Parts: sequence; C-alpha cells; structure tokens
Amino acid sequence: MEQLNDDEIKKHDFEGEKNEKKSSNTHSGEIYLWNDFQLLLNFKPFNSEFPVTNLKTLDELVEKDKQREKDGFPKRIRFGKVVKPLSGNKAKVVVVPTTTEPKFYHDDSITEDEEETTGGSGKGEEGEIIGKQYADPHQGEGSGEGAGQGDSEDHDIAADAQELGKILTEEFHLPNLKNKGNKHSLKKYTYTLTDRNREFGQLLDKKETLKSIIKTNIVLDNINPDDFFDPSNLVINPKDKIYRIMSKEKDFEAQAVVFFVRDYSGSMSGKPAEIVVSQHLMIYSWLMYQYQSNVLTKFIVHDTEAKVVPDFYTYYRYQVAGGTYVFPAFELLNKIIETEQLQKDYNIYVFYGTDGDDWENDGKKMLDELRKTLVYSSRCGITIAKNSWAKGQKTVVEKYIESSGLLTDKKEFFKMDTLEAEKATDDEIIKSIKKLIQ
Amino acid sequence: MEECKIRARDAGLVFDNETLEYIVTNRDMLELSPKGMIPTLYDYWVNDVETIKKKEIYKLYPSNPYETVINTRPAISFYNDNNPDWLNIMIFYHVLGHIDFFQNNIFFRETWNYDFAGKALADKRLINSLRSEYGRWVDYIIEFSRNINNLNGYNKILSHYRNEKKDETSEIIKYYFNVFLQDIKHKNTNYISNQINIFNEYISNNKEIGETLFLANINKQFPEFDAKFKKYQQSAEKQKHFNDIIEFISDKSTFLNKEENLWMKQVIDIVRETAIYFEPQIRTKTINEGWASFWHERMFMSDDRIKGHESEFAKINAGVTSISRIGLNPYAIGMRLLKFIENQADKGKFEYDFQKINNIEQRANFNNNSNSGIDSIFEVRRNFNDFTFVNTFVNQDFVDEYNLFTVGKRLNEKQGIFEYYIKSRKAEDYKKMLIENQYHPPLINVNIDKTNDKNLYLVHQFENKQLIKDFIPDTLIGIEFLWGNQVQLETIEIVKQQLANHDTKFINRKVIYTCKNKKITKTQIDNPKTA
Repeated sequence: MEQLNDDEIKKHDFEGEKNEKKSSNTHSGEIYLWNDFQLLLNFKPFNSEFPVTNLKTLDELVEKDKQREKDGFPKRIRFGKVVKPLSGNKAKVVVVPTTTEPKFYHDDSITEDEEETTGGSGKGEEGEIIGKQYADPHQGEGSGEGAGQGDSEDHDIAADAQELGKILTEEFHLPNLKNKGNKHSLKKYTYTLTDRNREFGQLLDKKETLKSIIKTNIVLDNINPDDFFDPSNLVINPKDKIYRIMSKEKDFEAQAVVFFVRDYSGSMSGKPAEIVVSQHLMIYSWLMYQYQSNVLTKFIVHDTEAKVVPDFYTYYRYQVAGGTYVFPAFELLNKIIETEQLQKDYNIYVFYGTDGDDWENDGKKMLDELRKTLVYSSRCGITIAKNSWAKGQKTVVEKYIESSGLLTDKKEFFKMDTLEAEKATDDEIIKSIKKLIQ
Repeated sequence: MEECKIRARDAGLVFDNETLEYIVTNRDMLELSPKGMIPTLYDYWVNDVETIKKKEIYKLYPSNPYETVINTRPAISFYNDNNPDWLNIMIFYHVLGHIDFFQNNIFFRETWNYDFAGKALADKRLINSLRSEYGRWVDYIIEFSRNINNLNGYNKILSHYRNEKKDETSEIIKYYFNVFLQDIKHKNTNYISNQINIFNEYISNNKEIGETLFLANINKQFPEFDAKFKKYQQSAEKQKHFNDIIEFISDKSTFLNKEENLWMKQVIDIVRETAIYFEPQIRTKTINEGWASFWHERMFMSDDRIKGHESEFAKINAGVTSISRIGLNPYAIGMRLLKFIENQADKGKFEYDFQKINNIEQRANFNNNSNSGIDSIFEVRRNFNDFTFVNTFVNQDFVDEYNLFTVGKRLNEKQGIFEYYIKSRKAEDYKKMLIENQYHPPLINVNIDKTNDKNLYLVHQFENKQLIKDFIPDTLIGIEFLWGNQVQLETIEIVKQQLANHDTKFINRKVIYTCKNKKITKTQIDNPKTA
C-alpha cells in the first residue's frame, strides 16, 4: 500500500515539473493491474523518468562549471585519472571527474606528532616493523613501456606530476587547437556497436549468446558439468540471444601530438639540462592532467645525432653525451611526422630545449628543417637555457633564429624564450611556459 | 524474514514491525551512495560528479556491497541482487541490528519524529519548483549552505531533549563556574573544584539563602563579577534563539530577508535539516556497525538456516568483522568492544567491588556471576555514541585481550620505503588514535558584539588544530553571499619554526580573515605564543 501511494505521488510530481516533459509510461489507471511482484520488478528508484534521481551527464556538468566562472565563482570540477596496473607492463586507465566541497575542517596534518598512525592487531613487540611499502609508487612496477602503447605511457613519472599538472591547468590552454581529421574532441560522439542488448539488436553476439544459453541450461539441469551434452537438446530462451546494439560513445581519441625535444650534449651538463627538463616536466604534467588521453607524446634527444626515447622517464633521466648539432633532431621529428602522417589527424606541438650551442654556425640545415616543422605544427616553442659563461652574448641558436625572421613571419606558430640557467626559479620557468604557449 | 524478526525480538531487539526491503544492483548502489542512500534526496550536481566518478572507478575496481539500511519510517534496506538467499538471512539480522539502533539510541532522538524519506521528497519537490523559477541560483544557494552545513547545531538541538529534566541551578551560578572561572579568570581545575565544594557546603548549610551568601562572597573577591555577568546575559539573550550560525545567518541577514530573496531561506533550511538528519549516523559509526555485526553473528549462528552454509558464513563474516594486521575496521572494533563489555559485565567487572581491587591476579579472576552482560550492552546501545563508547570502555584489558596496537608509518630514506611498525600497545594511545579518527567538525560561533549589518564576525574555537587553510577563502565567499556583506573569521594558525638546533617549534598565531566582494585578506592580530 505504502509503495503504491508513493509511486503515484512521484508520477504526479513528475507531471508537475515545468522544465522537462517526457513521456510517462508508468502504470495505467487500472487498479487491478497492481500487484506486489510487478511493482517490485518495476521499481526503478534510479530511472530518470521519475524525478527521484535526475543524473546529469558529464558534459552538462562541465558546462555548468564554465557558467560558474561567468557568475564570478571559482570552477569546481577537476579531472584526474585512476590507473589499475595489469600484467605485462600494461595498465587500464579511467578518467574521473572530481570535486571538493570547501568547508571549515580541522587540519590534522600539522601536529607535534607528525607521524601518521592507524590501528593494528596481532603479535609483535613495540617498535617491530610489520610492513613495508615503496615510497615511490612506481618503483618495482617495472618500467620502459613504449610511447606508442597508448594509455600506459605516462607511468614512470613521479607521483607529484599529477599535483603539479593540476595547478598549472588553471593557467594554460593549448594554443591553435583545431579539430582534425576524424578524431574528435571530448564533446563529440561516435556511434558504434558496443552496447549489448537482449532479444533484439543489429548484430548477434554469438559468444555472449552461447554463454547465456549454457547458463540457462545449467539452471534447467540440461547440462551436467561433469558430462558431455548434446547441443541439440539445449533449450534456447529468447532472452538468451544477445545482440550488439548501436550506441552513442564518447570519442576519447587523441587529437594532439606533443613532441618533447632536448639537447643532451656535453655543454648542457648541470643547470641548463635541469632547467630544460624541469620546464618540460611541467608542460608534460599539465598536458597529462588537462588533456588526458587526448594527447600523445613523443620524446627526442640529440647530441650530434638524434634519437627517440620511449617515455618521459627516460627523457628526463638521460645523461649528457657528446657534441652538438641541432638539425638532426628536427630532421628526425619531421621524418616521424611525415611517415606517420600525423598532421592529418592531430594538432602537433613541439617543445625544444637547448643551451643555445650549435656546431653548425649559420644554422642553415637547422632552419630548413625548422621551416618544415612549422608547416605541420600548431605551435613550436624553443627554450634556451643559457649557460652562465654565455652571459650577455647571444647564443648561436638565438642568432640564426632571430636573423631568419621566423619569429615575426610565423609568430602565431613559433615562439622562443631565453632563461639564465643559473638563476631561473620555478616562477620564471612557468612564466616562460606562458610565453611559449600564449 | 518475518521469522528473523521474531527471533530478533526474542533476543531483546526493539523495532517497528514495518520494514521495506529492496533488491538492487551494484550500479544502483553506486548511484545512491552520494545521496546518503536516500532515493528521494534533492538533486545536486556534486552528487552527480561523485556518481560518475564512482561508476568510472567501478570499471577498474568493481565492488559488491551486501546491503545498506536507511533510517526512515518504515526503515528501508537495500540488498544486492547477487546475494544468495542464505546470505540475505544473515544480512537481514545485521539490518535488524541497525534498525534497532536507529530507533533506540538516544542520539537519534531528533529523527524519531518524522519519516525522512517523505520529508526529503517534499524538499526535493520544493527545490525542483524553485529551480524552474530561479534556475542555477538555487544550486548556488545549496552550495553555499552546504559549505557551512557541518557547523550545524546538532548537539545543541539534542540537548533540548535532555533539558526536559529541570535543572535547578541558577543562571548566575552556572555562569560563575562554566564561564567566569574558566574563560575569564583561567583558574585551574583544582581551584574550580574547591569552589564547587564551598558552594555545596553553603547550600547544604542553608538551602534558602546559601546561594546569596555564596554570591556575596564572590563579589567581595571579584568586584567586577556582577558587571561581567550582566554583559554576558545581554549577549546570551541575543544568541539564545539560534542553534547554529546557519540559523543566525538565515534570520539576521538583511540580504536573505529581502522580499525577493526569501526563497533562499527555504533552501538553506532544507540543506541544514538534511545535514542534521545525517549527524547521528556519522557519530555512531563504530558502535552502530559493531552492534549490527554483534547481532548478525549471534543470531545467524543460532538459526537453523545456517546449515550447509557454515563455511561460507565463516568466510564472509570474517571478511566483515576481522581485525586486520594494519588498519582500522569500525565493524570489528565496535563488535569486539561490545563483546568485551558483555563479558566484563557478566563477571561484574563494572561494579565497585571490582573497581576497588588493585591486585592483578584478583582482578583477572574476579567473577561475581552477576550475568548482567546482556542488560549492559542494551544500556550501551541506548546511551552511547562513538566518542563516549570508545572513551569509556577502551582500557588496557580490552587492548590486551584482542592484541591491539597502534601502527606508525615512517620513511626509511636509505631504502626509499615506508615502514609500518608497532608504535604502542598502551590503551591510552590506542584510545587516542580511535578518537582522532572520529568525526569532529570545528566549533564556530558568531561574536554578537562585533557583528552588524555590514559585518558578520565569526570566531573559531581553537582545539589545538587549525582549519584547513585551502578551504577557508571559498567557504567565506559563500558565507559572504548569504550574509550579503563583509564576513570576518577569527581563527588560530599553527606556524612551524625551524630552530637553530634543528628542533621544530610550533607557534599559535591568531589571525583574522576578511572577505569583502569575494576578495580575501588575512591579518595577524597578536604576538605569537608558543604552543
């Protein structure tokens, strides 16, 4: 009784709503159609047809969040990812929205006893160590996945990169971002045969249908698990037929490729290398945080020759080597773009870091390659982390780039910034990123 | 299920006969949990974000909750659709334990007067109709109210029920002991208890004029006492009508009381009352789960329907109620503490005859066969919440009996690992750890004297913990919106200082945050004192 009344109220309430008018297929007025069994089977407290829950989609929520900014309140929705490591150096990743409600809470972190404490039980003396955990969550997990392995590529990076990315996200946006080819943005959908449906659909899913038939017949005792059975004796319930059905799916395909390129020649040793990698680390963290799997990354290092390294971790940790030619790096970069035809489907971004040294004094070959790169890329940003002994003077790279006129001719697509490697602080590095991408 | 109810009643549990049970899927559980499992709760986007997040995480880490019960009338419980039948019987006992707890524990007193599912539905409809008129601004009001909904006056409201018993002490005497001696004169406990003894002597010598004589004496000692009391009375008069700052803002804000903004007060009320409804549940987690686990174990093991499922039961029960090597499980601790209390009470160990014994051996062997255990735990179920439960009953005997200890976590820099080690087996440390883990929102009051239309002055009562700094600005912006004008918050921050000898020193600094036109400024207002 209780329930019936409740349901009627809900229906009534629904109709009273001014905003949304949807067709109501709830029970008709026939009082004899009501019975407990039917009612319980049909009880859907979570169906959006009832006003009981009215779950918003992620897109609606993100729109709402943008509106907040216009209304003068801080944005509240952030994105993070949850990773589940699988065997064979692979991992499954989901992107999750998060939000926090600001309130006055007690801060437990600042106390005289700074150690975290929890409970435990069992044998052992006070002081005895009963468990260990790696401080760096990635140690011991195995490393070195290739850059091409999609979602598992960013695994080796330190845990605080996420945090860093979160902060930087508020400041940056990728410039000149366009929709390219058939790869779409977060908000577009593709229609694929992904969802499963019983009884009807576009394509019979044979494997699932067979499984379902087997399940039904186990329940009916037609199949004895220990014995052979004759498939022709199996009973097929119409509900066992499982079809693939056309459904709307969000397209999470990557739509930008970012190349990180750096000089690791002898002269870079010490401060310049540190500045360049920490700047690239910030850019990388930010991209991973804000654009998630929508961004592919590739890493190139060079001395007199250039080579691709598999992941950011290797890129970050690479030790210094020999002399310096810049052009092979851009040559390799262009080759990758051309052979993989990346410009068709992706926005391309290039970040290059150097101390400004180049054995090719006039930079002719380098400029040729750079011009090619600029045709493909939405933005190319060069950072020069000057050594202290180059103080006051222009470096080789600076000289030939400035005289090439590219900085003015292609100013939408090409930026350069110079830092004093010895003195640069984190703030200056962030400012420099802004210059490169704004 | 009716059979279960009969058995539970025979065991002494008390609950309404009507209950509603629903079988739901994991997905349904995920969608309901951000709403505190109340299907009719008002919609709010934060809950939607939470649901989407949970669904995504579920793809990687599927979970399979067995049940949930909500404190409505009739009590509604949800069962996972993949529970086997025998398991649902065990779970139903667990559920009955919860229902009994909801309906008898005095901390739920406020929820006994109405059915929350019905109220929530009405609230939800109201909010929906306001949304059709005021659009997204309804959500902003919900948001700003939720920013302060943990500062609700749950305890104060509950205390009204206690005050049904008449308290014969006069206001002025209460003021003398509770406020004047402690907050103004900063006297120590010794002094205060001496004064109480003196007061009691006066009263017992002369019931009629003892109080007057006592007060005359105070006035001699503290000539300013009378004036202070008058001032206190005036400001107490102003504050008296408000249970918490949410009510205060709602009542006094000129912005909210404008004709065109009155609808906002309805929304604020809904958010506040919803928060108050959830308060007792948050504050009885350990004891409530302990109570339900205690009964499902005891009742299902004596139910003949367990036959054939003994080992499956053992496995699931252990999963729910085992205490882990490292980590805290409220079900497990609560259940063990109840068992411990029952056992102790059976032997008469809460009686004075036992308390006065000092000899270890005599204490261990003490048993007066009082068999009052079962009565004792029903007493506990009626009158205790998590804090009083843990604070009263966790002692060394309990910690020793179940081999409990606190675990510390420290970094071993050489090996790059965190080490977990047994930090302490002392009851006082264990108790402290349990209490630290409990819900305890800060206490924030309005300073009436410094508050007017143009300025709302809030004071945080410092309890050796500062507020989380990151959240202060956004919370204040919300309060400013509701108040319609400048808001100030007086609080204390702990500053860590590195000394020359590498020791760290903690300094408390009083600061005032001011929020005007969504801009936050912070000023320090006194000289640092060492913590």
